[in-house]
Amino acid sequence: MFDIFLDDAPALVVVLPLLISAIIAFMPSKIWPWIISIITLFLHLFLSLHLLKEISVSGLIIYEFGNWEPPWGISFKIDGVNIGLQLLFSIFVLVSTFYSRKIFLNEIDYRDSGKAYSLWLLAVGSLNGIILTNDIFNLFVFLEISALASISLIALGAGQNRKALLAAFNYLIIGAIGATFYVIGVGFAYAMTGTLNMNDLVIQLAQYSDGQLAIFAGMSFMLIGLMVKAAIFPVHIWLPPAYSYAPSAFSTLLAALATKTILYFFVRLLYEVFIIYPSYLSLFLDFVLYPLSLLAIFIGTVIAIYQDDIKKLLAFSSIAQIGYITLAFSLKDHSGVASGFVHILNHALIKGGLFMAVGYFAILYKDRVTLNSLKGFGYKYPITSFALLICGLSLIGLPLTNGFISKLYLFQALYTNQMYFSIALVAVSSALAVVYFWKIVEQMWFSEIKFKSEKEDAYIYLPIWIVTISIIIFGIYSTPIIEFSNLSADYLISGYQN
Amino acid sequence: MSNSFLIILGIITPLFAALFSYVCRYNNNLRDSFGIIGGLITFVISLKIFHGIQNNEVYQITFFTLFDGVDFAFKVSALGSIFSLVASSLWILASIYTIGYMRGAGEKNQTRFVIFYSIAIHAALAIAWSGNLLVLFIFYEILTFSTFPLVGHKQNAESQSAGRLYLSILVGTSLIFFLPAIFWIWLKTGTLDFQDGGILMNKFPAEYLSFLIAMLVFGIGKAAIMPIHRWLPAAMVAPTPVSALLHAVAVVKAGVFSFLVVVVYIVGPDFLLQTKSSDWLVWLACFTIMASSIIAITKDDLKARLAYSTISQLSYIILGAALASSLALKGASFHIITHALGKITLFFCAGAIYVTAHIKKVSDLKGMGYKLPLIFFAYTLGALSIIGVPPFIGSWSKFYLIMGSIEREFIIVAIILGISSLLNIYYLLQPVVIGFTQNSKKEIKLIKAPLTVWPPLITGLGCLVFFFYANYFLNNISGVIVN
Repeated sequence: MFDIFLDDAPALVVVLPLLISAIIAFMPSKIWPWIISIITLFLHLFLSLHLLKEISVSGLIIYEFGNWEPPWGISFKIDGVNIGLQLLFSIFVLVSTFYSRKIFLNEIDYRDSGKAYSLWLLAVGSLNGIILTNDIFNLFVFLEISALASISLIALGAGQNRKALLAAFNYLIIGAIGATFYVIGVGFAYAMTGTLNMNDLVIQLAQYSDGQLAIFAGMSFMLIGLMVKAAIFPVHIWLPPAYSYAPSAFSTLLAALATKTILYFFVRLLYEVFIIYPSYLSLFLDFVLYPLSLLAIFIGTVIAIYQDDIKKLLAFSSIAQIGYITLAFSLKDHSGVASGFVHILNHALIKGGLFMAVGYFAILYKDRVTLNSLKGFGYKYPITSFALLICGLSLIGLPLTNGFISKLYLFQALYTNQMYFSIALVAVSSALAVVYFWKIVEQMWFSEIKFKSEKEDAYIYLPIWIVTISIIIFGIYSTPIIEFSNLSADYLISGYQN
Repeated sequence: MSNSFLIILGIITPLFAALFSYVCRYNNNLRDSFGIIGGLITFVISLKIFHGIQNNEVYQITFFTLFDGVDFAFKVSALGSIFSLVASSLWILASIYTIGYMRGAGEKNQTRFVIFYSIAIHAALAIAWSGNLLVLFIFYEILTFSTFPLVGHKQNAESQSAGRLYLSILVGTSLIFFLPAIFWIWLKTGTLDFQDGGILMNKFPAEYLSFLIAMLVFGIGKAAIMPIHRWLPAAMVAPTPVSALLHAVAVVKAGVFSFLVVVVYIVGPDFLLQTKSSDWLVWLACFTIMASSIIAITKDDLKARLAYSTISQLSYIILGAALASSLALKGASFHIITHALGKITLFFCAGAIYVTAHIKKVSDLKGMGYKLPLIFFAYTLGALSIIGVPPFIGSWSKFYLIMGSIEREFIIVAIILGISSLLNIYYLLQPVVIGFTQNSKKEIKLIKAPLTVWPPLITGLGCLVFFFYANYFLNNISGVIVN
């Protein structure tokens, strides 16, 4: 009887969380919203695994909503490009939902639990939609839903710190500007081609083979809008306050997945659609994305060094890491795009783990976690601290962690493209990452104050350790991540070379 | 016992020593004994492997594949067998000495100290036996991180800033230069395995080789070549057992050992000799030798003086590697042993003087020679060995290095080595001269710490005795370095 549902798996991974979110929104209970979310996300994971199975057989699934054929109806596309991210998304969301329960209970009024998990599922569903959609306007819808859910969740952090309201408002305004840019671009594209479906768009755009100003303007609008949403330097300013003032549980989800899904769509748009104007594409990649990535890497790292607030520090580090990803994507060849995907997957785990650990510290410390407040935490909370240490070493990119694998493939890609200056910059910036990370370690283990170890909550540190162990496993056995990334790059780059 | 099992046992023994020290942290004597026991076990294993290498046995073990062409594997090379023998044998003596020093000086946090001490030895052994450059790099980093708590042991402002300097220079250089160099080698050859004669020949563009050598020598910051030497004097704030075993033997030797391994097993001496890509490094090493000798003369603090002396002596090894002729490489490899023995003696003595008389400065040593005759005797033996006076073991390595530089027709280098020996005489023997000739009016209360006296006497006498058994070590070295 499940077969009926399984045929609709591509739609269900998005629709199921959205539907359930409406159901639990007004549940006054403390625990039921969480339990229902967990069940939903288990189903979500099951559906994702089913999709993986289907993809490994057929290689491509186009799901047509309401059986309307693609150029007219909305369609989802699942292929080698997004299946890896879909799977990681499913797993990570489940783990972070497990993690979130105790954290949410500490940070928000328990009567808001239903609302929080309703928004949580809304964010999950819409972010998943971004991964799967094959329709540029549909993407805009998902962008807006995810933005609204995120903003409300960030604002829930106001119980802890009133600045969360400002952060949410910032995100609202800047996010709206980004979305507006994007939708203007979509308007241009629709006016010129009369289609919104990405596959059809490629076909329709081919009639303007030498390009037209309106098309280029539309493309530029779309790209800038997405850059704002993906927090690519210098339009990243909404990100640090949003990450650092959101409730800790949601920071985890934001940091690990929110920008990653948009980056994924960004690169798909570049290499699937805009590829038909190679001169425009290489102009954008070489003179916009490439220099901005380098700036992001350098400036993000340097600002992170001067942060006192740990969550802000991690947020600026994220800016730099997004820079690594966009640097890889600006390389226009298979090795570059593959290494970008490697880092999307690896960095989601690393930053997720770091934010989880720091989020737990925030609960324990009952205030914002600054460098000073971490004094002696290494002895006080050894289990969580050790997880934080491993995630941090992975962020630096030491061998035996997955951060090293990212760095290895990024270096390889840069080397084959003979970008020696970028190699030097990446090397310097990873050395600077030691500086900001070691400031944390020094406070945790080498301050004068001594503490006895205290009990830690297994419901919280187990999810953290699941992420941490996966970081080590993917550092030693990197094949799954490499395979998925190569698959993604195969699908995207084959279009480029033809 | 199978050969691969020996490697595993040797590498994890120090970790178990650390674990047991932690478990028995409430019983001081038991806790401190694990360093000695671990030292004995690893020493026996290293000795067995050392002999096995002489008999052409193969010691290797592969755990898993990290990425294309690079495994997580250990394989003992001839050079590695020497380094592990030095590190493990001196660990026994250093453990005994640590007990005397730490208790005599009343240091806090002794448990943490012995734990990280053992972990550092673990990393040093793993470096010695690593099967490829990436495994070496992994344990190189572990060595840095594990010695950080030892450098910052006192946890005051001075040791904290020294610890930061230590970490930022060592980790910074390794991430900026060493790791990219490793990637570069991997991208060009597809492997990182150590092979006799090197792996770069015909695969790496000869015109970029000097650049690669520069990335390696500056990336391996532990080799302390100028201008990347500042961390070593800074690290001297650590308790003396750390300076003795780690910053005269394990850490710095891990640095020069890494560079030697790269020259011998990755680049290949023949390739270097053909391209002459390391000739510039000869001059940088000479500069470091002279400059740090001159700085050493100006230092009144005994440990700081010894630190600059170490920098100068490490550059002997870099010099030998850069010359890359068979005699020079022989001298450089042998210098790992001779300098380790000599320098650990000197540091042991400096620490013993500090514990018994609370003297740190050379100028305060007036008349101490008569009060601490055994310590001064041991110090003199070590100093003479480092200067290179026969019949001390240090004369062999210096001899080979001078021969090597003449072989490569670098006559000026041979002269510089001679001048450096003269400077050595001045700054290393000055404390002895002051100790025995001038008289002090100050009454100094002496504390008895016999456990700090015997280790330097043993190593000092070792410098003398092993002069006659030099061939025992040289057999292993010359077996590999065949041009």
